[in-house]
Amino acid sequence: MSVGAETASTAGTAESASREFTADEMMTIAASRSLRDGTACFVGIGLPSTAANLARRTHAPELVLIYESGTLGAKPDQLPLSIGDGILADTADSVVSVPEIFNYWLQPGRVNTGFLGGAQVDKYGNINTTVIGGDYDDPKVRLPGAGGAPEIAASCQEVLIVMRQSPRSFVESVDFVTSIGYGRDGGERDRLGLPGRGPVKVITDMGVLEPDPQTRELTLTHLGPGVDVEQARAATGWSLRVAEELTVQQPPTEAELSVLRELKATTGKGDSQ
Amino acid sequence: MSPIRQLDEAVSELVGDGDVVALEGFTHLIPVAAGHEIIRQGRRDLTLCRMTPDVIYDQMIGAGCARKLVFSWGGNPGVGSLHRFRDAIQHSWPVPLEIEEHSHAGMANRYTAGASGLPFAVLRGYAGTDLPAHTESIKTIECPFTGESLAAVSALNPDVGIVHAQQADRQGNVQMWGITGVQKETVLASKRSLVTVEEVVDELEPRPGAVVLPKWVVSAVAEVPGGAHPSYAQGYYERDNDYYQRWDPIGRDREQFRQWVDTEVLDVERSAR
Repeated sequence: MSVGAETASTAGTAESASREFTADEMMTIAASRSLRDGTACFVGIGLPSTAANLARRTHAPELVLIYESGTLGAKPDQLPLSIGDGILADTADSVVSVPEIFNYWLQPGRVNTGFLGGAQVDKYGNINTTVIGGDYDDPKVRLPGAGGAPEIAASCQEVLIVMRQSPRSFVESVDFVTSIGYGRDGGERDRLGLPGRGPVKVITDMGVLEPDPQTRELTLTHLGPGVDVEQARAATGWSLRVAEELTVQQPPTEAELSVLRELKATTGKGDSQ
Repeated sequence: MSPIRQLDEAVSELVGDGDVVALEGFTHLIPVAAGHEIIRQGRRDLTLCRMTPDVIYDQMIGAGCARKLVFSWGGNPGVGSLHRFRDAIQHSWPVPLEIEEHSHAGMANRYTAGASGLPFAVLRGYAGTDLPAHTESIKTIECPFTGESLAAVSALNPDVGIVHAQQADRQGNVQMWGITGVQKETVLASKRSLVTVEEVVDELEPRPGAVVLPKWVVSAVAEVPGGAHPSYAQGYYERDNDYYQRWDPIGRDREQFRQWVDTEVLDVERSAR
């Protein structure tokens, strides 16, 4: 199922581990490795954009980047600072309207991979970017809202969630379902018959969580280099299950790290969210 | 009669207290100068519509222009939260702010229905999310052909739609290019419309992919060079990324914000042309 390079962890070489890297760099590189060449990816700004642009410069030169501003096949030579950066329009195969990007390109399932993040994710991969605490009309914290995420979560053939892991952000049950993973009980997605498969991986600074094939509960399947299970458990707000075969992610290669660092230097500000 | 007017006259003629107003622009071509003119003219009780309320809506909300916000993602792109927006929702400052919340796909379809003269639009959206429970303008309908359960969103037909474009000719025909978001739909969906442009030219030059709004669908055109700043106008100027960064501390603090509105908006002698 999983074809990302990190599954080949036994191939990790001494050279590849010789350079220092951060957990965030590992997370970005793991996300990048999950993108297959020749596929289309719906890209959000920040880490997803960094990962997708890294993939295009390493193992996936034919990756098609689609930004919700309406740019299809963008090939920016630096990291854009927003989803509507002029460099995306300048380098795209086509620039279309926002109704078109959602109705013609996303909705029919033409996009292979959607990348999502959020303020909260729960054990069934549901994402909250709307409100935290209190109730909807009187929230403790008001977040930006849905943006393109609900339909990306529903219609992309598969979804990758990329988020830093902490007990506050990885919660038993999200306060508000902005974008559905597998639903409140793990079975809702199947009952709804949504076109996309849902979240196939949650890539974090601790490793990777994947849904259990039966229950859909997110389960730790990969650990980041140097991370242990207890750390991953401590960073999770529910009782985290661990796969029987737990793999250690292949550390960044020299090439991945240098391309990533060069790429981030092009923006002057690095990740913008 | 030519629709070309001065910005202050156009805003005064077209925007009244209590109106439903949409200032659209998807990162690119945001009609910021028109928003400032609305603040200067002291409009109140507006229902502000916009897919991506960002800094200009933060300013208008903080200045007390808005009673309600219809939106799909409210944030300072690449920077973080909108603090005036949050303060209005969480603490009713300076006035309470009602919200009507959608996804991008939902908003884009609401404008499309409005532009098409239809009462609603259909999309495969919102399934499994908590948004329909809080938003009156999202309903579920059954497809009369297949029986599939789909989302219906009511048409959005603002009293006034405001967008920014690169050029108009002397008759008031408007041309915009690059990322054009939902701007065409906004103008066509709105009862009245105002387009601010970088430049009035003798003749519009045909450009691949450009959107042309003929003079007979536009109520008024105002020449406002730099009218999209701090967003960008492709072919004219780039996005002022530092402005978005600088906004964060100003927006966080009520007193700093008040001073900013006084010096940067209210005390500005008169609007640009």
